[in-house]
Formats: sequence, C-alpha cells, structure tokens
Amino acid sequence: MITLQHVLVLSGLLFTLSVAGIFINRKNVILLLMCIELLLLSANFNFVAFSRYHGNIDGQVFVFFVLTVAAAEAAIGLAILVVLFRRRRSINVAEISTLKG
Amino acid sequence: MSSLSTIDLVRSLPEVYLAAAICLVLLFDLFVAGERVARTATLTLLVLVAGAALTLYGTTPGTRILAYGGLYVADDVSRLLKVAAFLFTALTLFYGNGYLKRRGLMRGEFYVLTLSALLGVLVLASATNLLTVYVGIELLSLSLYGIVAFDRDNGIAAEAGMKYFVLGAIASGMLLYGMSLLYGVTGTLDLAQLSTQLTQSPGVGLIMGITFVVAAVAFKFGATPFHMWVPDVYQGAPVASSMLVATVPKLASFALAFRLLAEGLTQQSAEWSAMLAILAVLSVIAGNIIAIAQANILRMLAYSAIANVGFVLFGFVVASATGYEAALYYTLAYVLMTVAAFGAVLAMSRDGFEATRLDDYKGLSRRDPLLAGIIAVVMFSTAGIPPFVGFWAKLRVILALLDGDQLWIAIVAVLASVIGAYYYLRVVWLMYFDPPGERPGPSQALALRVVLALNALAILLLGIAPGGLLDMVQRAIPGG
Repeated sequence: MITLQHVLVLSGLLFTLSVAGIFINRKNVILLLMCIELLLLSANFNFVAFSRYHGNIDGQVFVFFVLTVAAAEAAIGLAILVVLFRRRRSINVAEISTLKG
Repeated sequence: MSSLSTIDLVRSLPEVYLAAAICLVLLFDLFVAGERVARTATLTLLVLVAGAALTLYGTTPGTRILAYGGLYVADDVSRLLKVAAFLFTALTLFYGNGYLKRRGLMRGEFYVLTLSALLGVLVLASATNLLTVYVGIELLSLSLYGIVAFDRDNGIAAEAGMKYFVLGAIASGMLLYGMSLLYGVTGTLDLAQLSTQLTQSPGVGLIMGITFVVAAVAFKFGATPFHMWVPDVYQGAPVASSMLVATVPKLASFALAFRLLAEGLTQQSAEWSAMLAILAVLSVIAGNIIAIAQANILRMLAYSAIANVGFVLFGFVVASATGYEAALYYTLAYVLMTVAAFGAVLAMSRDGFEATRLDDYKGLSRRDPLLAGIIAVVMFSTAGIPPFVGFWAKLRVILALLDGDQLWIAIVAVLASVIGAYYYLRVVWLMYFDPPGERPGPSQALALRVVLALNALAILLLGIAPGGLLDMVQRAIPGG
C-alpha cells in the first residue's frame, strides 16, 4: 500500500536532488534547466498527493497550471541559452562569470 | 467555484483591459507601425495612462469585491498598487524610449513584454488564492527574463538574463514547494481560508512551508542572502531593462509578501516575522556596506536596492497594520526615487556612451546644472534627508519598528541609513566639487528633461507635504 508518506518522501528526495543538482553542477546549463523542471515536478507530486489525501480537486487543477508555466519557463530558458551560446560558443556554467554578483 | 460570468470580467476591469490592450499593441506593431516602432511606443504610453485612469475611476474605493469564485479581489490595496504600477511603467518606458532607439533595441516586443510583466503585477496585486499568486508572479518573472536578455547581440545581457532566469526559477520552485506544503496542511488554496484554518500551533510541515515561502519572497525582493542576481542584472542588462526590473516589480514583491504573509499566514506572523527580521537586518547591512565599494553607478543602485528592500521588509517584521502601511509607503517612495535615478542615468548617456561609471558624474553641476540638481534631489531623498519623501519613508518604518517593540532592529536601521548616506552623498560631492574634465555632455532631449524635473519635484513636494500619500496608504491597508 502506497501511503501519503511514501509520496512525500519521494517528492522531498526529488526536490533535494534538483536543488543539489543546480548547485553542484558546474558543467552544463542544460542540466540546470533539467534540474529546474525536476524542482517544479517535485512540487507537483506534492500537490497531487495532497489533493488525493484531502479529497478535493484544487491541487490537481494547480498542477495543470504549473505544467503550463513550466513549459513556458523551459521555452524562455532555452531561448536565453541559445542567445548565450551564439555569443560564447559554450554552455559551460563555470564560464558564465563575466559579471561578479 | 462558480462559472465565469460577465460580472467577473467587469470586476477585474484593469486586467481585462490590459490583456486586450496587449493584443492590440501586438497587432498594431505588426500591421500598422511596421518600421516606425516609435508609434508603438506612443500607443503603449497611451494604453498605460488610460489604464491608470480606468483603474482610478472604474473601481469604487472603500470596497472589497471578490471575483472568479474567490480567486481575485478588488480592494483598496490592489487599487493603489495598480494605479501606481500603471503610472510607473509609463514613466519607465518614457525614460527608456530614447535609450532604446539609440541602442537599436526599439522593437515592438519590448513594449509587449513590458505590458505582460505589468499584467503579472496587476494579477498579483489582486490575488486571494495561491494559484493566482503563482500565475501572477510567473507572468511577471517570465516577461522580465525576456526583457533582461532583450539585447540579443550583447553577451553580457544574455549572461545576466541567464543568471536571473536560473535564480528566479529556483525561487519559483521554492515558492511552489512551500505552497504545496501549505495546501497539504490545510487542504485549501484560498488565502482567507488558509488564514482561518491555520490556528493550531505550527507543526513541521507548516514551518517548512513558511520557510520556503519566506525564502521565495526574499528571492523576489532581492534580500540578502538571496540577492546575488540583483547587481548582475542591474549591470548586465540594457539600462532601460534594468530600470524595469528595478522599479515596478518592487510593487509586485510588496503585493506578494502582503497577500501571502500578511493575509494568508496571519496567525503565523511570529514565525515569518522572525525569519524576515534576520533577512532584513542582513540586507540593510550588506547592501549599504558593499554599495560603498562600487565604482559603477548601476551596481551602486543595485546594492542600494538591496538595502532599501531591507527597509520594506522591516515593515513586514512588525506584522501589524502600521508596519504594512510603512512598508507600502516606503515601496511607493522608493520606486518614485529609483525611476528618477535611472532616468538620470539614461539622460546622461549618448550615442555609444553610457554613463555607468561614477567618474562620469564628476563636475556635472558645471556641465548641466539642471540634471545635477535632479540627481542631487534623488540622492538626498534616498539617503533619507529631510525635506524629501525618502526621509518620511524611513521615518515611518523606524516608527513602526519602535511601535512594534523592535528597538534593536530600529537601531540597526538607523545606523545602516547613516552608512548609506555616505555613498549617496558621495555622488553629490562628485557632481558639485570635482573638476569636470573632458567628458561628453548629457543628452539634451527636452521632453525627457522636463519629465525628470517633474519627477524630482514630486520627490520634493511629497516630502514637504507628505499627508496626501500617507492618507492614501493608510486608507489602503485594512485595519490601519
């Protein structure tokens, strides 16, 4: 029997994995974008699980919005990445450091 | 939830109007304006001014009307924020037009993106549901990523855009995760229900949810230690884009914090105000100290923004109507001053020359007394020196802190403002007491200079007679 706890642990793991991926990854911007997708999906997991747990549909409706936004976000991220690649000929994270925050 | 009806469309008039106007501007740019993009720019300005008038006269003050089955509310806070957002966006575009033209960036898409970012601000200002909050903040953020990376031939701008995008997306992810936990604890997405249901002592899930939400709010504000993107975006993006990022989204950040924390997590104010207190204290200290070391005026403004965001958060730390009033007043005053500061930087730049170094401002009083005077007003005001509006804003926040028994934080706020005064006044010193040397003169575009002067005059007049704006803010915040 899969309970709420199982799903929450899984989504927590996915969340940790994606945040760790974003901060540890020094090689590739595409990986960053994938981690960001994973981050949003881990939240989706929570919404669906809680929606089922509470027996109301709101959480699942929210997921549809998140999926739509995630698609738009990926499109914009890739667009910026293409611009960056045209100028730099590189998608290495460590090389994107002209500006010192 | 009830189905969509005409009455809902009327209740959300500003958003419906703006969404229609975006389509209009897009089509106008494509089929009518063609190569003469300046026409699109003019149309956009008209749309914005008409939008402000529509929001002001099309909605009834003193009412609180829900629409779309409780997803949306038209109340006094949203009304004030929307009118301000329309007007400040118009001002920003007006200052930016000349710059965009010189840099070859004057394309219709810039205006469409700006308007859709504004739509995000409006949606956020009226949000009463986690879903509306999320849609609003994403609409704003996604448009801003595009605006920052708008200069396609500029590698630095693309880099700034990429950093902004990645950090912004992490913030959105954290916001979403926090929201999912809040939903898990209560089983509702409605902020009012959230506030009534969360009365028991907070468990682990709720604390985690609040932590994620607070971190995301701090990210969107640009508060330390989530401020990394601010200086890079200000410096890397085209100045007209930085100006858009620096001004109107601050209103959205206020709305985000107000709706989520003040209205949604009302009962948990002890938890989030303690977290915000740490973030705010770090922001004012780090922002003001690092700003001193900057030689680039945009980076200086960026760290100044971080410090000022700390002051806005101080208002939330108090977690009472007095505090929110102070925060809203501070936000409005800060945006008014920042628009003028960026406008002055744009007025200084000419073909192929951008006045981004502080050295470019040396001896400006002898080359261009009017512009030097405007910048001096802005700097005095941001430093918090009477009789300008920035003084009253800082005073309100510090009084609110004392009112909320936050004596130590109030002392930190005062000390940080004293440090901050140093680098603002240094700009004035450079302009008035340093020799000019060989530097290109500022742009002489008359309209730009007149509006900038009026902007500076507004900063002065609101400082001499602060009552009007204060009244508006007090009426906007419920229970104030």
